[in-house]
Amino acid sequence: MILKTLVAQLLSRPATNRFPAKYMPKSVTRFLARVREGRAQIHPPVPVPPKFRGKIAYDREKCIGCQLCIRVCPAKVIEFKPEVKKIRMYVARCTFCAQCVDACPVNALSLSPEFLLASTDRLSSELIVE
Amino acid sequence: MTEREPRDPNDPVLPAVEEVREAELRGVEAGLGEVFEVPIGPIHPAMKEPIRLTFRVRGERIVGVEIRTGFAHRGIEFMGMRQGRNLIQVLYLSERICGICSVSHPIAFTQAVERAAGIEVPPRAQYIRVIISELERIHSHLLWAGVAAHELGFDTLLHLTWRVREKVLDILEELTGNRIDYAIPIFGGVRRDITPEQYPKVWEAIRYYRGLLEQLLDAFLRDPTVEARTRGVGVLEPKEAEELCAVGPTARASGLRKDVRQDRPYLAYPDFEVKAITPADYGLTPIGDVYDKIVVRLLEVGQSLDIIEKALMNMPEGEITSFPKIPALLAYLKKAEGEGLGWHEAPRGEVIHYVRLVSGDESLLVWKVKAPTYSNLLSWYPMFEDQEIADIPIIAACIDPCICCMDRVYVVRDGREETWTKEQLLKLSWEKTRRLRR
Ligand code: SF4
Ligand code: SF4
Repeated sequence: MILKTLVAQLLSRPATNRFPAKYMPKSVTRFLARVREGRAQIHPPVPVPPKFRGKIAYDREKCIGCQLCIRVCPAKVIEFKPEVKKIRMYVARCTFCAQCVDACPVNALSLSPEFLLASTDRLSSELIVE
Repeated sequence: MTEREPRDPNDPVLPAVEEVREAELRGVEAGLGEVFEVPIGPIHPAMKEPIRLTFRVRGERIVGVEIRTGFAHRGIEFMGMRQGRNLIQVLYLSERICGICSVSHPIAFTQAVERAAGIEVPPRAQYIRVIISELERIHSHLLWAGVAAHELGFDTLLHLTWRVREKVLDILEELTGNRIDYAIPIFGGVRRDITPEQYPKVWEAIRYYRGLLEQLLDAFLRDPTVEARTRGVGVLEPKEAEELCAVGPTARASGLRKDVRQDRPYLAYPDFEVKAITPADYGLTPIGDVYDKIVVRLLEVGQSLDIIEKALMNMPEGEITSFPKIPALLAYLKKAEGEGLGWHEAPRGEVIHYVRLVSGDESLLVWKVKAPTYSNLLSWYPMFEDQEIADIPIIAACIDPCICCMDRVYVVRDGREETWTKEQLLKLSWEKTRRLRR
């Protein structure tokens, strides 16, 4: 099996998906800065299956402020904003169990396929959903 | 390679420390050479797990070993008991006991709670639980086989096995939404159904593994290097396995037909008539060495494929949970009272969860987890006996240890470790039981 696989590997294309860039940029940070400015494009990651559990998406309009999601969330991600009766989620803490999605009676929460969540700041605006 | 001499049936499986020391001294007097102590760990000896193994060696030979755990007790059981978490939140805590057995622990835990609260699980949900847990077994056994190859210094085989393993992770991601931490069981059922579009993908994966299994067996078992490094190494005799209460593939490699799925079938397992696999099923006489453990684990991949196949073909229709509404489930669990035991054959062996619920409390009163490694750890003592230093990593890895999952508390007072005797522990447990009765 080993020899067979070896030969097959030699003749086939690399299995690695080149991410985030097709060719190694001189500086990754500069490359990402250019991406942000829209001057370069990220080579897309491997697509995720339809049921993938990624960053939680929140539909503010639908939410009725019942706080059920807060009761079931195991990681204490969700905070209630009593003045507006809406919620705020700190995604950096989320374990992506999707229990809040199952619990929400009005389907205000859903799963997005987004998984590129690395950040140096837990409280950065991308990591807070409200 | 060193062959250990068969054990005298009258010898105790685990000799007392003083006896070992005396034997060492006698050896020194007889001119066999000095005994040295080689501490390995506590930061990942062999596998990436915190445990300290102190070997007593004479030359290259191991004459004794001392195992010390307690470096990474995470207190998960404590966090689940009366710390303001309701049962649904504790469920995800139980999932995080082990990253590799990440459906085995929730399955055992949900079963325990379901028994305590008297919740029925619909047949379709039982089948889905079985399918996911068998897929997990495939991924775990392939992971282990790769690690074993790595510990032998055969990294080509490691990459080969792990490349093959990707497929089952993809299927798990497809079915559950994540490669690890599937979040599938919930009290009274499962959270996600297997949809008609997903069946062909699972079938395809089964065909893929069916075709590969023979090749994998060939790559591992008919390889002279693997054989030379594993035959006769880390032997666990059947009697030792029985006396030390080894579980899972560790026990089965020694020829014990011991499998919770066979002995106490649960969920949908009675339908599949699972038989414990030993090397005898591959035409070998079980001796309980590392080679036999590879045999058992690879054969179990085939067994899991059989089970999944059968489950997919006979999948009952119907509900996937008896509590579609979360608030109803929470309210029901709050009222529930009683105690329950849940068990499951995890890839490493039997895992047991014990829970006790009181009505009016959302949380657990008692939660006790016994991970398989807890039962398997003692088998290290006979396995290491008379082995060579170079074989330490593979012997340590061959029980597929998960140290953090089973870690227990060490009591250190004034900088000194405290040893508790059996009587003291018994007293402590009585006190606790009395406290809980109240
Ligand atoms: S996915 Fe899980 S951890 Fe994340 S917010 Fe929802 S319930 Fe909490
Ligand atoms: S469960 Fe849904 S409706 Fe209720 S607070 Fe959470 S997001 Fe809003």
